[in-house]
Amino acid sequence: MVGLEHYLAVAAALFVIGIFGLFLNRKNVIIILMSVELILLSVNINLVAFSSFAGDLVGQIFTMLVLTVAAAEAAIGLAILVGFFRNRGTIDVEDVNVMKG
Amino acid sequence: MTSVDFSIVLPEFLLAVYALAALLFAVYTGKDKTAGLISWLTAAVFVVLAILIGSRSTGAQSAFNGMFVDDAFARFAKVGILLAGAAVLAMSQDYLKKHDMLKFELPIIVALSTIGMMVMVSAGDLMALYMGLELMSLALYVLASFRRDSTRSSEAGLKYFVLGSLSSGLLLYGASLTYGFAGTTNFAGILSVVKDGAPLGVLFGLVFMITGMAFKVSAVPFHMWTPDVYEGAPTPVTAFFATAPKLAAMALFARVLHDAFGGISSDWSQVVALIAVASMFLGAIAGIGQKDIKRLMAYSSISHMGFALIGVASGTVGGVQAALIYMAIYIVMNIGTFAFIMTMERDGQPVTEIKALNSYWKVSPTKSLAVLFLMFSMAGVPPMVGFFGKLAVLQAAVEANMTWLATAGVVASVIGAFYYLRVVYYMFFGSDVEPLDDTKGGVANIAVLVVGLIMLVGIINLFGVDTLALTAAEALVR
Repeated sequence: MVGLEHYLAVAAALFVIGIFGLFLNRKNVIIILMSVELILLSVNINLVAFSSFAGDLVGQIFTMLVLTVAAAEAAIGLAILVGFFRNRGTIDVEDVNVMKG
Repeated sequence: MTSVDFSIVLPEFLLAVYALAALLFAVYTGKDKTAGLISWLTAAVFVVLAILIGSRSTGAQSAFNGMFVDDAFARFAKVGILLAGAAVLAMSQDYLKKHDMLKFELPIIVALSTIGMMVMVSAGDLMALYMGLELMSLALYVLASFRRDSTRSSEAGLKYFVLGSLSSGLLLYGASLTYGFAGTTNFAGILSVVKDGAPLGVLFGLVFMITGMAFKVSAVPFHMWTPDVYEGAPTPVTAFFATAPKLAAMALFARVLHDAFGGISSDWSQVVALIAVASMFLGAIAGIGQKDIKRLMAYSSISHMGFALIGVASGTVGGVQAALIYMAIYIVMNIGTFAFIMTMERDGQPVTEIKALNSYWKVSPTKSLAVLFLMFSMAGVPPMVGFFGKLAVLQAAVEANMTWLATAGVVASVIGAFYYLRVVYYMFFGSDVEPLDDTKGGVANIAVLVVGLIMLVGIINLFGVDTLALTAAEALVR
């Protein structure tokens, strides 16, 4: 029987993979965008699992909102990335270094 | 029922309608030729809404089944956000025009992010919190990369976007855990669940949410984006970043901790206190080596956020009141300082090096004096207004039996005083270099002088901000 804890474990694993993808990836900014999506998806799994096991619809409504925002976020991220590419001609993470911070 | 709900969200609703109408108007008429008109119009709308919100005197009301709360606390924050936005828009006009950045999208995006901030500080539910936060953040990512042809601006936008969306993700993960283990997304519901000891899952959720919000107020250890974004973004945008969103995020911080987790203040106050101490010291020490005044202001704002967090960490009415007073003063000081940075130029080109200020008093004695007041106020030197902000938060910490926190605050403010005084030193005693232009007229120059004057005159009664902050804090902490 698949219980709530299994869903939470999958979500936690996806979340951690997303975080590591953000920090360990040294190659491409697109991979960062994918990692952000992974984090948001893990949250969605969490919300739907909680909602379904508690018999409460609020979590699924929350998921709908998160999906919408994730789409907007991806659009804005890609737009910023295109602007960056036009100026620098590269989207390597190592080249995001004009300012040292 | 619906009409009551709408009357409560009327200011946000009006601003949203205005933003859409302004966008359509600009697209169908003169495009960028209307930019000046739309900027002033947006500033005027902000001021009108601030008056509308400020004149509401009803008690706490909630709309949409508790999702949206309108109380004295939210009103205080909203008036501050709107006035800060209006001031930044007004003083940026000359700079934008001179450097060919006067685009009609800028005031509209500022208006959209302001709606997000207003929803955020009024949030009574995790969903409203998230939607408001994202509406603010998405608009701010665009603003940071507003100069599309500048490498620095687009890099600032990219860095802000990546780290900002990570922080939203962390906050959201915390929200999902809180929802799952508390069984509700409503703040009042969460408060009643955690009142006799919070389940472990809710505590995990709380920690993730604190992390996400610390990102937005740029508190250590989540401050990495601040210096780069401040330096890379165009100066008017940086001025906006340093004011309204900081107040909104700090208000949200206090709102979540007190409205949803007020019963377990012992669980979060140590965490917040630790973040506060780290921010104060890192901001004070890392700012010393900076050569660029916008980067310096970034470290200064990290340090200031640490002080405001002391008030939040106290977990008392006095603490929240002190944090609000501190934020109000911080915003006024930053408006003045950024107005000054916008007037810094040599041969018509903007300059942000601190060294360029050498012997500035020969160029403009009155402005130098105003900046002297501002810098003294930032450093917390009595009798400037900034001193009273620091005094309020330190007093709140002592009253909450956190004397160690207050001591750390005093030490950090002494260290931080160095770089503010260095700016003053360069202006009055520095060696002779090729002087900056003597810019005259324009809103920015007036703003520097007015804010400089406020730093002195404000000490009489702080313009009544302290009593308003007290009403706001009493509405929040129950």
